[in-house]
Amino acid sequence: MANGKLKQILTDGAWRQNTGLVVLLGLCPLLAVTNTVVNGLALGLATMLTLMVSNLSVSLMRGFLRPEIRIPAFVLIIASVVTVIELLMHAFFYDLYRVLGIFIPLIVTNCAIIGRAEAFASRNKPLPSLIDGFATGLGFCITLVLLGTLRELSGRGTLFSGAEMLLGEWGRAITLTMIPEHPGFLLAMLPPGAFFGLALLIATRKAWESRKTGKQQRAASVMVADEGPAR
Amino acid sequence: MSRGSHPIIRSSLLLGAIALMGTALLASVNDLTRERIIEQEKRRVLQQLNAVIPAASYNNDLLGDVIEVDDETFFQHPAPVTVYRARMDGKAVAAMMIVTAPDGYNGDIRLLAGIDISGKILGVRVVSHKETPGLGDPIELEKSDWVRGFANRSLQNPDSKGWAVKRDGGQFDQFTGATISPRAVVKAVHRALLYFAANSQELFDTPAKTVNADG
Ligand SMILES: Cc1cc2nc3c(=O)[nH]c(=O)nc-3n(C[C@H](O)[C@H](O)[C@H](O)COP(=O)(O)O)c2cc1C
Repeated sequence: MANGKLKQILTDGAWRQNTGLVVLLGLCPLLAVTNTVVNGLALGLATMLTLMVSNLSVSLMRGFLRPEIRIPAFVLIIASVVTVIELLMHAFFYDLYRVLGIFIPLIVTNCAIIGRAEAFASRNKPLPSLIDGFATGLGFCITLVLLGTLRELSGRGTLFSGAEMLLGEWGRAITLTMIPEHPGFLLAMLPPGAFFGLALLIATRKAWESRKTGKQQRAASVMVADEGPAR
Repeated sequence: MSRGSHPIIRSSLLLGAIALMGTALLASVNDLTRERIIEQEKRRVLQQLNAVIPAASYNNDLLGDVIEVDDETFFQHPAPVTVYRARMDGKAVAAMMIVTAPDGYNGDIRLLAGIDISGKILGVRVVSHKETPGLGDPIELEKSDWVRGFANRSLQNPDSKGWAVKRDGGQFDQFTGATISPRAVVKAVHRALLYFAANSQELFDTPAKTVNADG
């Protein structure tokens, strides 16, 4: 695979078409679990894994998936993958499984996954599809972690609380108390905080993008000024 | 129509094959993880129980020595109360009751109350709840020491008027701006004590039944 294409898949998935910030798919888990960094990270990783495995499977089967059964086949594949991940988490990351609980099976309903299966994996070779799953998952995971950071920091003044659920007992040591004696900011911890936080992230991303394109356009219009009107 | 089967039949077969593959995958993963999942569930329940009753004070199979009591009118909740019985050389030591307080701010609060044979509380822990973070959640030991205040209490300490939060004239602290959650917990623990006092003989004599280890 050409380097240029690889780079494009990665930036598309993680930035330009970021599931949480641009496409706005999978908002239900995004809003629900991001009250701490660790919860966000865990669901982000589980979603990323699901995306990679489902993209890979769909791509491998794309040769004989007939159009009329495409969607039910995707649903079957995604549901199987998610259930396998759920069982494995239940067996090996039990505490985390208890915290994320209902949101693991709900990964199935994250439209981003079927979206990538349909838009990308069913039309591309396995390797690019795997990478696309990784990139999309990474973008989603980063969004979850950012939102978790925002909410945990403002809501209770800590970071990485509950890391022991992901890493075992020694994870307890990496919980950082950033603001000692934080009285707790309920709004950030409850669902409304997720909406405010997400809005903030989307706006920030938007501002960044428009500044960048603004600069580019200005640069472009200077360059083409002699040759004719800019686009 | 071309040779071979009708497209609909082919599609159905294909879909069937995918479903079959998925099922096979799930069945084998389920098989591989089942033991470990049961282990994990058991370990967690035992961990919770041992946080209240020291493992040295009993020598029976705590998780196996369990009954369920159904008394919806008394406990004010349709869920049966699970009771683990701790015994030392066959002699009753303590009952670990999983009771549900129906009147938390956001619904049920599940509690583990360990009561020793003399009717004294060994300890209380919140097993699960949906109270509001920052307001109702100091009932968790991770958030505050409040729940330790139950240790060594009994029906005589305090008397039945004292078994309430301070705002209601009792002896137990409420939290600032949150009275509902602690009130629900205090009442549920009190009910467990009353039930234990009235039925302790029966609680220990009923033969154990096997239930799934669902804390
Ligand atoms: C959004 C919200 C969540 C609340 N959550 C709880 C809670 O989990 N537990 C609780 O006891 N009170 C909670 N309260 C407060 C109760 O409504 C009630 O005011 C309080 O328990 C009464 O305590 P007070 O009589 O000491 O003011 C909450 C209030 C609001 C507005």
